[in-house]
Amino acid sequence: MDLIESYSQELRFARRPITRVLLGLLVLAVVALPWVAPDHVVFLGTLIALYAIGVMGQNILIGYTGQISFGQAGFLAIGAFAFGHLRIWGAPFLLALVVAGAVAALAGAVVGFPSLRLKGPYLSIATLGFGVAVYQIFVNWEVLSGGRSGLSIARIKPLLGLTTTQTIYYAYVLLLVVFTLATCNLISSYVGRAFVAIRDADIAAEVNGVNLTRYKLLAFAISSFYTGVHGALYAQVLGHIEPQIFNIGESLTLFVAVIIGGVASIEGSILGAAFVLLIPKVLSDFREMVPVVYGVTILVVLIFEPLGLFGRWLKTRLYFQLWPFR
Amino acid sequence: MIEKLLQYTLTGFSAGSLYALVALGIVLIYRSTRVLNFAHGDIATLATFVSFSLLSHKYSFPVAFVVSLLVGAAVGIAFYFGVLVRAQRAGANLLGMVILTLGLALVIEGVVVWHWGAEPVSLPFPISDTKTYRVGPVVVSQLSIATMAAGLLGSLLLYLLVQKTRLGLAMRATSENVMAAQTLGIPTRMVLSVSWGVASALGVVAGIFLAPALLLDPFFMLDPFLKGFAAAVLGGLNSLPGAVVGALILGVAESLTGAYLSIQFKNTLAFLIIIVVLLLRPEGLLGKQFKERV
Repeated sequence: MDLIESYSQELRFARRPITRVLLGLLVLAVVALPWVAPDHVVFLGTLIALYAIGVMGQNILIGYTGQISFGQAGFLAIGAFAFGHLRIWGAPFLLALVVAGAVAALAGAVVGFPSLRLKGPYLSIATLGFGVAVYQIFVNWEVLSGGRSGLSIARIKPLLGLTTTQTIYYAYVLLLVVFTLATCNLISSYVGRAFVAIRDADIAAEVNGVNLTRYKLLAFAISSFYTGVHGALYAQVLGHIEPQIFNIGESLTLFVAVIIGGVASIEGSILGAAFVLLIPKVLSDFREMVPVVYGVTILVVLIFEPLGLFGRWLKTRLYFQLWPFR
Repeated sequence: MIEKLLQYTLTGFSAGSLYALVALGIVLIYRSTRVLNFAHGDIATLATFVSFSLLSHKYSFPVAFVVSLLVGAAVGIAFYFGVLVRAQRAGANLLGMVILTLGLALVIEGVVVWHWGAEPVSLPFPISDTKTYRVGPVVVSQLSIATMAAGLLGSLLLYLLVQKTRLGLAMRATSENVMAAQTLGIPTRMVLSVSWGVASALGVVAGIFLAPALLLDPFFMLDPFLKGFAAAVLGGLNSLPGAVVGALILGVAESLTGAYLSIQFKNTLAFLIIIVVLLLRPEGLLGKQFKERV
């Protein structure tokens, strides 16, 4: 087994050769996907990539900082519409993306203020209220939402001789990689440890010198930045947004993804995103069973496998590492 | 002018008494188990659909009403024993239990869509909302009288149960301190399951009286459920009278906003109220101050 002897070893990426090989195969599979798979599979991969960013943001808030939020659809909507308006005014893709994330982050910091005084169930209600309020404001305020017809967003121009689907796929996977690395670094930095300390015992964290106000607001802002970017990327893929997309169901889906994928795990966020997108595809003939599967999975995960899909993966891996001994 | 005010206040009271039933259920569960029940609305939806099926099979209304109350209560109790108790044994924390109720909500939502379909149907209800009476300057429909009566009766029965019976005493003791109640020989699991059953049944009453005003579809309880939440927060999540007061205030405020300010933002009001109340007075109007010991 691998024994970690120093901090620099702990920080090293992909310690064992077999991990590197597997990781290499995974990267190869992700890169090769658009060349071997039909377009709708590539599109699904794109969706998973962009969802994973949102789920990761949600996981920073729920999993690492322990602040529950049912209002993610609100940030999604804010990100998507900010992005939509910017694109219509002629902003380039990346600029619009960053600004959309920043606007959502600002909203997140504002929503974060109640979190300074509220805990657990109260916070979940406040954020739920925020999500519904944003939804209703967008539905009723036509200047923001573009009225009944919604906003149309210009398609991305294909680059480097790829098709549009392929371009978007690579761009989004690249963004996912960037966000994943950023999250890894965030979690192992002072900020990430402060988040975890707040989750485990906020009073103890405060006594030890973590500025609760700053770090709770920061957690909300960072998480909403991710969610805003998710909203913007989603808007770009759809090409057309209307407020009805960002309803309470969308908040719940993101939440379900975090719980099922694995609380406080980055790999789990990606797995969770894949789960909530693949299940509706697999069950496309039984659409009404999708919530049942989500619900039952939540019940099973919480009772039997609190670490989610990622926990199951860790256990399976451990089993094979130790095989034939147990 | 004054007629308009009175009329809308009355409408508000009628809506508020339904919010009160929903809010009472939420508060009852929150007080006893510290769990926010996100499946509250969905249990009510399921039971209302059961009564819809019974009514369309030519059962009489009282039979359908009682059966759906029992179904709602049974789902609540089964969830408590089948899932929550097991999760507690597995060491789930409070957040985990809240998420479990969310899981239940999703399951019920799927089952309802699967069995009854997503198309809105109308519940054959014996009390009409077109027959109206004139009381002084205001007009009141039969349905809103029945609604207010149901809200009043539900709250009254709950008050009697909690304050005047031995079971109620056990419920209060359990919600005060589970360990102490257990030590004194109160069968706390049983008492808590009764709380879940009663709370779910209250939600079902609200669902059945809401169904004739709205159309019955798998998501029809979502909005009233969120309003009930808002009302419970407004009144204080651990106070039963607070839930009723909060619900009536919310109902009237909403109705007046719709009349005088903006009909579009009528529904947003509840959530603005939640956020403002939580910021200014997190314990709610009648709730007790929440203090944490280090």
